[in-house]
Formats: sequence, structure tokens, C-alpha cells
Amino acid sequence: MAAPLTLLLIVAVTIRAVLFRSSLAELIPERVEVVSPLNAWKRVVEGLALLDLGVSPYAGDVFHETPLIIYFFHFVSDYAEIVFMMADALTAVALYLAVKDYNKTVFRKQKYALEAERYPLDCLELIRTPKEMYYIPLKVAMFYLLNPFTILSCVAKSTCGLNNAVIALFILCTVKGSSLMSAIFLALATYQSIYPLTLFAPALLYLLQRLYIPVNWQRSSFWLFTTQYTFMYLGSLCVMVCLSFFLLSSWDFLSSVYGFILSVPDLTPNIGLFWYFFAEMFEHFRLFFICVFQINVFFYTIPLSIKLKEHPIFLIFMQIAIISIFKSYPTVGDIALYMAFLPAWNHLYRFLRNIFLVSVVLLACSTLFPVLWHLWIYAGSANSNFYYAITLLFNVAQILLVSDYFYAYLRREHHLTHGLYLKRKDGSEATLVLK
Amino acid sequence: MGLLSDPNRRRALTKLLTRLNAPICGMPVDWLVKTMQSRGLEVFTQSFTRKLPFPDENKERYMVRGTNVYGILRAPRAPRTEALVLSAPCSEGNNNNQAVGLLLGLAQYFRSQIHWAKDIIFLVNEHDLIGMQAWLEGYHHTNTTGGDWSPLQGRGGSIQAALSLELSSDVITSLDLVLEGLNGQLPNLDLANLFYAFCQKIGVLCTIQGKLQRNDWDTTSGYSHAAQTMMLMVLKQASGRPWGDHGLFLRYHIEAASIRGINSFRQYKTDTTTIGRLLEGMYRKLNNLLERLHQSYFFYLMPSLSRFVSIGYYMPAFGLLAVILLLRALDLWVQLGASPPGTEDGPSSPGVLSILTPVVISHMTGVALYTLPILSQEMAVQHFPVSETEAVVLTAIAIYTAGLALPHNTHRLLQGEGTEEGWRVLKLVALLYLAVLLGCTALINFSLGFILALSLVPIAAFITPHTPKALSAAIMVLLSPGCTLLYCVFVFQELQETPVSLQDGWMLFLSVISQGILDHALYGSLVYPLLALLIYPCWLLLWNILFWK
Repeated sequence: MAAPLTLLLIVAVTIRAVLFRSSLAELIPERVEVVSPLNAWKRVVEGLALLDLGVSPYAGDVFHETPLIIYFFHFVSDYAEIVFMMADALTAVALYLAVKDYNKTVFRKQKYALEAERYPLDCLELIRTPKEMYYIPLKVAMFYLLNPFTILSCVAKSTCGLNNAVIALFILCTVKGSSLMSAIFLALATYQSIYPLTLFAPALLYLLQRLYIPVNWQRSSFWLFTTQYTFMYLGSLCVMVCLSFFLLSSWDFLSSVYGFILSVPDLTPNIGLFWYFFAEMFEHFRLFFICVFQINVFFYTIPLSIKLKEHPIFLIFMQIAIISIFKSYPTVGDIALYMAFLPAWNHLYRFLRNIFLVSVVLLACSTLFPVLWHLWIYAGSANSNFYYAITLLFNVAQILLVSDYFYAYLRREHHLTHGLYLKRKDGSEATLVLK
Repeated sequence: MGLLSDPNRRRALTKLLTRLNAPICGMPVDWLVKTMQSRGLEVFTQSFTRKLPFPDENKERYMVRGTNVYGILRAPRAPRTEALVLSAPCSEGNNNNQAVGLLLGLAQYFRSQIHWAKDIIFLVNEHDLIGMQAWLEGYHHTNTTGGDWSPLQGRGGSIQAALSLELSSDVITSLDLVLEGLNGQLPNLDLANLFYAFCQKIGVLCTIQGKLQRNDWDTTSGYSHAAQTMMLMVLKQASGRPWGDHGLFLRYHIEAASIRGINSFRQYKTDTTTIGRLLEGMYRKLNNLLERLHQSYFFYLMPSLSRFVSIGYYMPAFGLLAVILLLRALDLWVQLGASPPGTEDGPSSPGVLSILTPVVISHMTGVALYTLPILSQEMAVQHFPVSETEAVVLTAIAIYTAGLALPHNTHRLLQGEGTEEGWRVLKLVALLYLAVLLGCTALINFSLGFILALSLVPIAAFITPHTPKALSAAIMVLLSPGCTLLYCVFVFQELQETPVSLQDGWMLFLSVISQGILDHALYGSLVYPLLALLIYPCWLLLWNILFWK
């Protein structure tokens, strides 16, 4: 499988290189759907310039990246295009290897379950075959690399590509079972933007599963491993924060990066839900609504973890999706990451109910974003309401997509335990409803 | 009170007009500069050159060179933050020989008023739209179309509104208001209402689309007259070209309109002093604006000057057409889902490649239609006895017709397709693509989107490989974008009450195509790239489906 993957990487790099050299390379970094105040390349350049002048890069509220990123780019800013292309390639390869390993685990578990005859007889058509699962890793890599959202994000040189690479490496390390590396990459991802904190729970669940430690509050092995993992994670996070402090000799970055992400002072329109609300908010209520909106991102972790504790990789997918929808400054690069996982759930296709509506709405909204932006900002005939309507529709479609996959996954699990044709107590046909 | 109540000024104006009655060859830059300076304006010039992609029939040369002359009347006691523009294009021959005179007369009169709160810029631009584009780009420090112009030495602040004047005779019977701008953008309806209200107050006849409005709304003939006026506006808006020098202002969020004087066979004639009073009134009203005009509609259609159709009325019509496409797509989706998945995974489920091939080939043909005509005009002129303009247009038509031959070739490239599911998936993709494309077009330029929807939605909905081939092929060709353009040309001529014969109509059609290509290269009009790069490939996909084996 190395040859198709290499071919795919070459094609992806060629597309990006061609776009970098075309006239679109000036237009795309200006689009608000692709870059946000957190990850715009223009701001990185600004921060580097301030650093060269000896001023703190966080002076002036332009730069909101972490100090490790600024030092990284200090050395490679001349090769920025290559860095971003390599980040995309790294993400794709990491996802490829992770999904390949995950498929092996899934197939092994399925084999044991079949031998133990745990599946009812009529749901044999739901069993996954190696032939069907053979091309899935390649499709995952392809979905990530050839997704127009990823390509746009790469050509815009948005540091979202680097964040995605870190999260992909975290997923790879978790799937391979190396808890130290997984903790380090998770800490790096959390250090970059706070939201990957919610991925702590699924990673922990997966590693526990892999080590055959049951999730039982009374067992000491559970607490031992949890404490181990927590310490590794918090330790790496502390190391990174302290390293940042020593790099720049000040704690400025805490308020400029984390304060900025959490308190949302910049209300430039983007594809998220925050800007319009907070543009109309009275100052009196601002803190309350900030808390409500931010808690919304973290809130779904607990119920989802309880429901999906046997299926941590699907939980990772759902968490990444929830982060991309509800974070304070989303861009299309975040969306590309969770969409890359969709081929891994190909077997759920027959249970998906809304896929047509969701795809049409996502396609229409993606094309309407630039049209309504033009009508609002340049022609002056529309106003922010139109743009926000499209944003809302886009996010509703994403939420529908994620909840549809959730339904399909749970339904398949239900069928695998209770049989494909469900009967009520009196024998009539029943349908499954997600409550 | 008002302009020219002073007999001296009246005489000065008449002298100016008689002097300018002779046709102007090129622009008398020095004389204009001297005259404007003597009226107390700050005068500046801007020279520009523009390389045309192919020699236009009007210009007949590749390079257009010209000079714009503009004088700024500074507001006596206000900060120089806002400006108004009065422009008159200086065209060759008798085309617009009175407007500059009126402009200069107004400049002299305005100079003596003390109530101006905004700077007034009196602009005389050469080569109509090319000069106006150079001036606007220089004023706003942008260069989107690749022209070469000298930077402006004097500015007046942000422009709030602009009027462009076209007068060919010193007495007129009516004033025609032209609103349609580049890419179908329209000024705020308030500007049109303001102009009409003033015309009524002063007692000048005002027309739109060259047609007078009638008072018998409820009779059939009155209704059809209004419908014809509205259809003219739809056709003009759909063409995407600016129908007056004002059309280029709208892109910079400046409300602008063109006023054209018409001298027809009518008894009651209005003289220049009344037009002057009218313009003075307009400018005093615009002077009092505290903010840009934005309260009224930006999207409207006007069946007459006192009625308009707002977007809330005409958009549902388009919405219903788009819904047809979506319902058909939904139907295809259900059919695809209902077909038994028990068949082998392999040849039956059409691989992505067999759908991708027609899509890629259609789009490459579209790219060829967009780029080849201009690139290959040299070669065409060497081999065929045609001028460059004709070469470009005929190459475009040739590529368009060559696209019809495609389906018979793409099938040889696909290996082992041609299934029932294959064409259904392709049609689903084509329908969704067309629906999204038409939706986006209608949002930007409603008339263009609507006309394309009228011709493309029926064929998109009904074409399958199982419909009778000859009849469907004929209907598809008759409703293709190129033929729709041809019909529009004939209908436009009919509505303007100058019907043309087939021969003349065909020549007009060719000139429309060349003008479209030129507009795109010079001003950034989107109609030609839209049709060549997006609509035509979509139509080719449907053509491909019709001939699916």
C-alpha cells in the first residue's frame, strides 16, 4: 500500500505547489472562512517582525500564537510553503497508519466475537470483511489530502495545518498504544489551542482498553494507569508552558493566547457561531454568555464518554467534530480533519438517514459563503444577517452530519447485540429511535 | 433663482455650447484645463493607456491612449472628507457634444454658491468606460484589471454619489435614466426616485429604457407596455455590461446613475437651462446627505418609473425553478438508494473515475472556450481572411459547437461503464452543480440567473438517455446558453422597437459575444467567464448524459 499512498502524496503536493504559484495565493489568505485571528499567516509574520525588533510579539494584540510556534517559524519562515505542505503530508500519513492499526484491532475483536458466537445469526451481513476494510486507510488519507478545505487551508498558510498534524500524531500514538507519546502530543495540542483537552477522556479510554484494564472505579489498576497518564499529560503541559515562559521571559502569552481563545474579544466574522451573538451582546451579560458558549464545547465530553466508552476512536471523531463546530474561531481546516475520518465509517452507510440533505446543504453553503461576503462587504446590498444565516445553516448541517453518524453507529451496535430485524414484544416490526 | 437667471451666465453658456457644437476629434485637454481653471476649479489630468486583448470594432487598434480631465470644486467651509461627481464622457463625433458645455456651465454656477458641504468633482473622461475605469482605479488606489494609468494628483475624499451626463443636442424632449451597471449591479432605488421626483417637479419628461410610462395600468396594452419595459431592464441587467459611464461606480459602493438626453419628434422641447436647474437641484439634494444612500432597495426591477418589483416578489419565482432541480435530484437519490445493493461491488457501482471523466473533460472544454479564442487570434488571422475580432468570435463559436461532438469520444476512454447507475450518479452531480451555480448567480445578478434557469432547468430535469434522441438533442441545442443568447438579442431588438432581420441579428449576436469578451478583459464583467467556465461545462454534462450508452 505504500505505492498508492506515495502517488497520492505526490498528487496532493503538486496541487498545492501549483496553487502556491498561481494568483490565488494572494486571494485565499484574505478569506475569513479559511483564516482566523488565531492562525492567520499574516499575524505570524507580524509577530516575527516584532520579535526581531526586540519587542514582545504579544504587544499590540495582533499575534495570538504560542511561543513555541513563533520560535519554530523563526527558523523556517523562509520555507513556510514547504513546512505547510509537509504538515499536510504528515497528517495524512499519520491518519493512514492510525486507521490501518485501528482496523486491525477492530477486525481482531470482531473475529473473537464471532468465535464466541456473540452475534445473532441474522446480522451476518453487518460483519465487516477484510476486503472492504483494505482500502479504508488510503481513502482516509485521500479524504484529508484532496479535500478542498484542506487545500485552501494549506495555500493560505494557516497554522491550523500544524494543529491538525499534532492531533493526527496524537491519534496515531494513542492507537499504537504508546501512552507517553500520546500524552506529549495531547499536551502539545492543548497547549496550541485549549479545546483538545476534551480528547483526554477518549485517549484514556482507548489506552485502558488496549491494556485490558476494565473501567471500574474500584479497581486499583484503573486508578494507577489513570494517574500515570494524567501525570504524563500534566507534566508535559507544564514543561511546555514553562519553556514558553523562558523563551520569551514573560507570562504575556497566557493572556494573549488562552485569554484570547476563551474571552473572544475579536469579532471578525468567520464560520463559527460566536461573532454575531457577541456583536449584539450587552456588556452586562457578556461574561455569562461567554461561559455558556465555552462550556458548550466541553460539556458533551462526559455524556458521550459514558455512552461510547467501548468505542473510544469513534468518541475521538465525535469530539473533534464538536470542537470544530463549537470552538470560538473555527476555520475550514478544522472541518477537514474530522471529515477525513468519514471513510472509516463506510460500513454505517446503510443506517445513515440524512446524508443527501447534509451533503447538499454543506455544498450549497460552501459556495454561498464567498457570494454573500461579496454582497455584504463589497456590493453593500446585503448585511451581516445574510452571512450569519449561511454560517448557521453550515453549522446545523455539520451537527446533523455528526448526529447522523452517531445514530448509525449506535444502531449498528444495537443490531449486533439484538439482531437485525427488531421485533417488539408482540412480534410486530419495530424501528430504532435515538433518544 | 437658480441657474442662469443671470443673463450674462446664459449668454456664456450658449457661447460655450455653440463652440462645442463642432465635433471634437480627440479631447481638447489644454482648452478644458484652461477653461476649468478660469472657473475656479482645481484642475488635474490623468493619462492612461490600455491594451485591448483584441482590437474592438469601435477602436480598431490594440492600444487605447487617452487623458481624463477633472476639476475639483472645493467646499467652502467644510472638511474635505466627502465628494460628489458629475461626469460627462467625451466621445468622438456628435455623440455627446453638449454635455461638456453644460458641465462647465454648471461648474461656473456652483462656484458662486456657498452652501456646498461636499467637494464636487467635474470629470470629463475620454474613451467612455475605459477612461472611467482608469480614473476610478486611480482614485481608489486599486488595480484589478491591469490597466496602466498615471496616479491622480488631486483627490476629494470618499465619493458619496455620482451622475453621468450624456447630451447630444441642446434641446431635448425627455431625459432617459439609465441604472444598470457592471455585473447587473443597480444603484439604490432612492437615487432613481429622487431623479424622477425632481423631473416631475421641474416638469421635464423622464423615461426609463427609452419608454414613457403610461397611466392606464389596468388595461391589457398598458400592462404589456409595463411588462416590455421590465423585460428590457431584465435583458440589460443580464448582459452584465455597464450601460452608462455610471456603471463602474457601483462597484466601489458609490450610488450612480446616467442621465441621457433624448431628442425625439415631440412638440414640447426642454432647453439646457432647465436641465441645468434639474441637475442643480439633484446636487443640492445629494449635498445634504448625511450618509450613503442605503435605506431603499438595491435589488429591484422597474416596469415604470413610479413602480418597482422588489426582490421579495421575484426571488420566489426563481426559487421555484431551483426547487425543480433539487426535487429531481432527490428523486434520483431515492432511485439510486432503492436499486438493490446485492449486485457485485465492482463493475456495477460506478467508480469515481467514470463519473470524474465526463466532469473533467467538460470543464477542460470550458477552459478551452475561455482561453483559446484570445490566444489563437494570431494564428487564425494568418490562415483565414478575417479580422481579429471576427477571429476571436468565430473561434469561440467553433469551440462551442465542437463541444457537441464530445460524448461520442469520451465513451471510448471509459472502460466498462455505461450502466444505468452511472448516468444517474452523473445526472445527480450535474443537477446539484447546476442548482448551486444558478443560486449563486441569481444572488449576484438576478436577471442572468433567471434567464439561464428558464432555459436550463427544463432540459436538466427531463434529459435521460431514454428520451427520444433526435428530439431531445434538438431541444437541448435550441435551449443551450449560446442559442439563449441569440434569442435574447432578437427579443431585445424587438422590445426596443427596432426589429432586425436574421442577417443583421446574426451580426449583432457576433458583436455581443465580442463585447462580452472585451468587457471581461477590461472591466472585470463576470458574464463571459461564468458562461464559459461553469454554465457551458454543466450543459455539456447534460449533453453527455443524453448520449450515455
